Amino acid sequence: MGMKTDIELIDKKGLRLDGRKPDELRPIKIEAGVLKRADGSAYLEWGKNKVLAAVYGPREAHPRHLQKSNKAIVQVRYNMAPFSVGDRKRPGPDRRSVEISKITSEALEHVVMTELFPRSSIDVFIEVLQANAGTRCAGLTAASVALADAGIPMKDIVVGVAAGKVDDVVVLDLGKEEDNYGQADVPMGIIPRTGEIVLLQMDGDMTQDELFKAMEMSIGAADYIYGLQKDALRRRYEMIAAEEKEEMEEVEQ
Amino acid sequence: MSEKIVSEILRDYIHNSLEEGKRIDGRGYDEYRDIKIETNIIESAEGSARVHIGNTDVLAGIKMTVGSPFPDTPNVGVMTTNAELIPMAAPTFESGPPDPKSIELSRVVDRGLREGHAVDMEKLVIKEGELVWIMFIDIHILDYDGNLFDAAALAAMSALASATVPASQFAGQYPDYDLGEDFPMPVKNYPIMSTFVKIKDIILVDPGLEEENVADARLSVSTDSEGRVRAMQKGLNGGFSYPEIQDIVRKATEKGNELRDILKKSL
Repeated sequence: MGMKTDIELIDKKGLRLDGRKPDELRPIKIEAGVLKRADGSAYLEWGKNKVLAAVYGPREAHPRHLQKSNKAIVQVRYNMAPFSVGDRKRPGPDRRSVEISKITSEALEHVVMTELFPRSSIDVFIEVLQANAGTRCAGLTAASVALADAGIPMKDIVVGVAAGKVDDVVVLDLGKEEDNYGQADVPMGIIPRTGEIVLLQMDGDMTQDELFKAMEMSIGAADYIYGLQKDALRRRYEMIAAEEKEEMEEVEQ
Repeated sequence: MSEKIVSEILRDYIHNSLEEGKRIDGRGYDEYRDIKIETNIIESAEGSARVHIGNTDVLAGIKMTVGSPFPDTPNVGVMTTNAELIPMAAPTFESGPPDPKSIELSRVVDRGLREGHAVDMEKLVIKEGELVWIMFIDIHILDYDGNLFDAAALAAMSALASATVPASQFAGQYPDYDLGEDFPMPVKNYPIMSTFVKIKDIILVDPGLEEENVADARLSVSTDSEGRVRAMQKGLNGGFSYPEIQDIVRKATEKGNELRDILKKSL
C-alpha cells in the first residue's frame, strides 16, 4: 500500500488498469469438493488468485490443552506456496500468515455451530497457489464453501471481499497494482443473511466518508459472491446425487 | 497461550450491570481509564515511554542502527515493530516464540504508525539506496489488565515522539557518509489507536480485563489528527453490524483527539 508510482490507476474514462469500473469485481469461479481425502474442500479462482481450501473434522483437538470443554475450536492455517508470488516466498508461516490465520479463524468460528462438538477441532487449511492481491478474502470465501462441503453445521457461509481507494477513487476488489500503489485497502468478512461483519481490517488513508463508502461497496457485492458460493455447493450436491442414483440403478439390475 | 476461564458469576455480573447502564468499574461507556504517560525513562534507548491505562502497564523502547534500505524502497528508512507478551504480565502469558496474539498486536500497532505516517521515513535516509536509519520499536507488556492495543500503540507513539536519532554515535563507523549531529526523531503525525468491544450489543471503549474476557467482538481504529482513518483491526469471534462500525469509527476519532492531547502534554 502507498508505494509511489507514475502509473495512472484510473484512466480519464474512470476505468481501472484492467478495464473494470470502480464497483466491479474481478471474475470469480468456485468449485466445491475438489479433494479426495479432505472432509470438505473448495477451489476458487478470483481474478489471477488461485486458492484451495480443505477442511478436516470435527476431530479431537490437538494439542489437548487447546480443547474447550463446551465447544469446538476452528483452527485455520493460511499458507502461501513459495511459487505463488513474484519473488519466491520462504516456505512456512511468517508473521503475516499467522495474523491472517488468526482473523480468518475468528471469522469462521462465528458461523460454525461449535457448541455441537465439545473438545473437537475443525481444521481449515487455506493454500494460496497463486497470489494476485486479495488472497485473505479469497481464502475466507473458499474456506466457507469447504466447511459447508464437509457438512459442518453452520449458521451461514461467510463472504470475503475487499474495497479500497486508488487515485482518490473508492473502488471494489483491489487488483495487484492497485494494492501496491493504492491509498487504502479494507478487507471484510460478511455474513449475508444477517449483515454482520466478522472480519474487518483497514490500512491506508481514508476519510470517514470514504471508509463508509468502501464498506457499503463490499456489503453490496457480498450477495453476488454468496450466490456463487451456493451455486458451487448446489452443483456439488447434484453431482453426488447423480452418482448415487447411478449406483442404485446398478444394484437393481 | 492457554485459554482463560471466565466464571459464570462474573459474566452475569458484567451483563447485568450493563443492562442497568453501568460498567463494573463505574466508568461511562465512552470513558477511558486514567492514562499516564512517562517519556524517556530508559537511558540506553534512543526513545522510550511507559504508558499506564488503568492498571495496564506497557513500556516501549526505540533502538536505532544504520544499514541498507530495502531494495524496493531505497528512499525511506526501515521501521520494525515487535511486541512481547512477557510471562510477568499475566498468568496466561507464556515464554517462548511469539504466539498469534503477540504477532497480531505487533502488526496492528505497526500498521497504525506506518499508515498514519507517524515518522517521516524519508528523513531517515543517509544516502539514497545505500544507507538509511533502521528503527526498532520494541514493546514490553509489563502488566496486563485489558486493552493492550491502545496502550501499546500509545507507548510506541510516545516513545517515537521522545526519541533522538543517535547520528554522532555512528559517524565514526561510516566515515564515507555524512551522518551529521544527533537530531530529534522526525515525527510527522500522531496517529492514535482507540479500541472498542461489544458486549451484548453494548459498545464500550477501553475494555478492562474482565470486560475483554467476556466481550463478543473487538474493533481497534487508528485515526490521525485530521480525523482520517489509517488502520483498523477487528478481533474476537463475534460480529458487528455496519451501523455499529460507523458509530465506533466516529467515536474513535473523538477519543483519538482526547488521547493525542494527553500525549502531547506529556512530552
